[in-house]
Amino acid sequence: MTGSTTGSAPALGWLARLRTGLSKTAGALGGGIAGLLGGRKIDRATLQELEDQLVAADLGVRVAGRITKRLGDTRMGRELTPVELREALAEEIAGVLAPAERALDLTAAKPFVLLVVGVNGTGKTTTIGKLAARMRGEGRKVMIAAGDTFRAAAIEQLRVWGERAGAEVVADAPGADAAGLAFTALQKAREAKADVLLIDTAGRLQNKADLMAELAKIVRVLHKLDTTAPHAVLLVLDATTGQNARSQVEVFRGIAEVSGLVMAKLDGTARGGMLVAIAEEFGLPVYFIGVGEGVDDLQPFRATEFARSLVGLEP
Amino acid sequence: MFDTLSARLGQVFDKLRGRGALSEGDVDEALREVRVALLEADVALPVVKDFLAQVREHAVGQEVIRSVAPAQMVIKIVYDHLVSTLGSEAAGINLAAQPPVPVLMVGLQGSGKTTTTAKLALRLQNENKKKVMMASLDVHRPAAQEQLRVLGEQAGVVTLPVIAGQQPVDIAKRAMDAARLRGFDVVLLDTAGRLSIDEALMAEASLVRTAVRPSEVLLVADALTGQDAVTTAKAFHARLGVTGIVLTRVDGDSRGGAALSMRAVTGVPIKFLGAGEKLDALEPFYPDRIASRILGMGDIVSLVEKAKATIDEDDAKKMEAKLLAGSFDMDDYASQIKQMRKMGGLDGVMAMLPGVAKAKAQLAAANIDDKLLARQLAIIQSMTKEERRKVKILDASRRRRIAEGSGTSVPEVNKVLKQHRTMADMVKKIGKLGPKGLARHGLPGFPGTAGFGRN
Repeated sequence: MTGSTTGSAPALGWLARLRTGLSKTAGALGGGIAGLLGGRKIDRATLQELEDQLVAADLGVRVAGRITKRLGDTRMGRELTPVELREALAEEIAGVLAPAERALDLTAAKPFVLLVVGVNGTGKTTTIGKLAARMRGEGRKVMIAAGDTFRAAAIEQLRVWGERAGAEVVADAPGADAAGLAFTALQKAREAKADVLLIDTAGRLQNKADLMAELAKIVRVLHKLDTTAPHAVLLVLDATTGQNARSQVEVFRGIAEVSGLVMAKLDGTARGGMLVAIAEEFGLPVYFIGVGEGVDDLQPFRATEFARSLVGLEP
Repeated sequence: MFDTLSARLGQVFDKLRGRGALSEGDVDEALREVRVALLEADVALPVVKDFLAQVREHAVGQEVIRSVAPAQMVIKIVYDHLVSTLGSEAAGINLAAQPPVPVLMVGLQGSGKTTTTAKLALRLQNENKKKVMMASLDVHRPAAQEQLRVLGEQAGVVTLPVIAGQQPVDIAKRAMDAARLRGFDVVLLDTAGRLSIDEALMAEASLVRTAVRPSEVLLVADALTGQDAVTTAKAFHARLGVTGIVLTRVDGDSRGGAALSMRAVTGVPIKFLGAGEKLDALEPFYPDRIASRILGMGDIVSLVEKAKATIDEDDAKKMEAKLLAGSFDMDDYASQIKQMRKMGGLDGVMAMLPGVAKAKAQLAAANIDDKLLARQLAIIQSMTKEERRKVKILDASRRRRIAEGSGTSVPEVNKVLKQHRTMADMVKKIGKLGPKGLARHGLPGFPGTAGFGRN
């Protein structure tokens, strides 16, 4: 959607973009911590300020408290420069995130069925477009099922992405049964000997029982054709979302067997700190992060890089 | 995960019972809990700090009213302040200008702009009896213009025909011209989602603003937003002069602290709440509702008012007499159930109480729901007058008859009897305490739910 990114825009790596974003954001985490102290002793006041900065990056009060406490436990009384302090903080955070850094293996099945779920407006359809382009780039044959039969023009939106990525889009009329479409798409993907089938779904709030039941039905129906399908269920989280992201992971995981996460919209001013709390609690892999709206603005998740950019450090 | 604020403050103040006024120490301890509650509700940190400083000023030195627990007192101060910060006046949409009146819809990607545009159009058309046209200026997201067209069809609202390749400023001008020619009252201009740091797109929106001079610039924001709410709201306000906020996805289960953050940093009113997938799911903003939700305390005020309005004075007096006498028969039990149903059933009452999540889980575990209330009532109504007064005479064959008469089963009948007994026991205890005890306990709660309102 950013005018410049309709197809081939890359040039800037996502970290560069993140930093550009950071530098434009007054009071962003990095700046905040830099402004904290010039070689000050780690004492209670320092720790409180650090905790505040982490809270402001959406890590949540509890997690921010735990991380700064660990920092205090090991380094209380020591004198650290701002950079050293940030390094230490990034190290703590990267430690929490490290287990979440895992690659998505698409060779486990053919077609590898990947279901994409999430709350409305988090960036599911855009993520699918970018995933398709990425997989095509790796030489795979990709098919997309336009499973969001609810939102107006969602199917058209996906068709445009399919064209950009060079992937066939299987669609039905608006309002059609999404589970039925998923079933048909899997049959088609088998016939066409596709390597990957990406299934889009309508956005739904996790507290809507009826809509969540629909999602469970899609999973059930896929099971019928292939007991191992879907082979991966990706939950797309929005980096601007606050504490509610935790409940999204909990409920979607319970109902749709979510096996991994994607965090979209990290090119804005939101830091996506909820990912730290979520990684700690649920141990789910974070496969990708979204850093823009161009086809190539989907990057593998790197724990250390994410942690460092969270505290305003170079990668 | 979220403890209710009232429960937490209850713990803090347990040790301070019986003191005269709130000391600085008491208040600070309480406000630490309020701080955590606000942050867990996603209120942005700088806003939390300002807010607490203001509350502190009000709270220190306040006389603790004897009949009110200090925890309740602090909650009341926090709550009142929250409501006034959120804006005590309900702000409608400003259409006082030469028609067609342009309204510009702006916001981040995925905040719900297009859906909200259609909802607002439908509302203005139906409730304000305005002739409304919508136009999509989103030339960036694939099929965004098509999306608005389809929504227009669903809502029965006219949309400006799409001309491929036309740029936002030109579309906006064309929309205004078309509306002028065809006598429309309002033109809703839906824009592309943009990041607050996307200079090019912010400049584009600013050009649109200059070109059409909208009477309202509505920032559409997601109620699930975290700490970023302040950055986003500030940036949009600085660049585009936001006049109102529409909070979407209020039907989710977030605590909605973003409302307070955005209102506090922009000072502009929150005008509407988006609360559902359907196109009529757009509601006016009520600060008290959001305030309770942010504090996680349920709508205590409305519950009290509703209870007052619903419970008939005479009934209450009769009940009081019975309570003092320590007697409580099946008819009394039935009237308690009826009162609960009048107040919107269990769900209605529960939604207004603090600690709802926990209580709801307990209810689910006990299988108590509204259907159950109806069945219990049916069971009681299948008893004879004598049986209702003297529960003891209900032997096995009477119970079988009652089960059959009410279309239930004997175990269910037994359950009602057991719950009645629990309640009657409680009533006896209260009765022994005399009128004072009664005042302190109020009317007995429903068995299984008793105590939910007290923290």
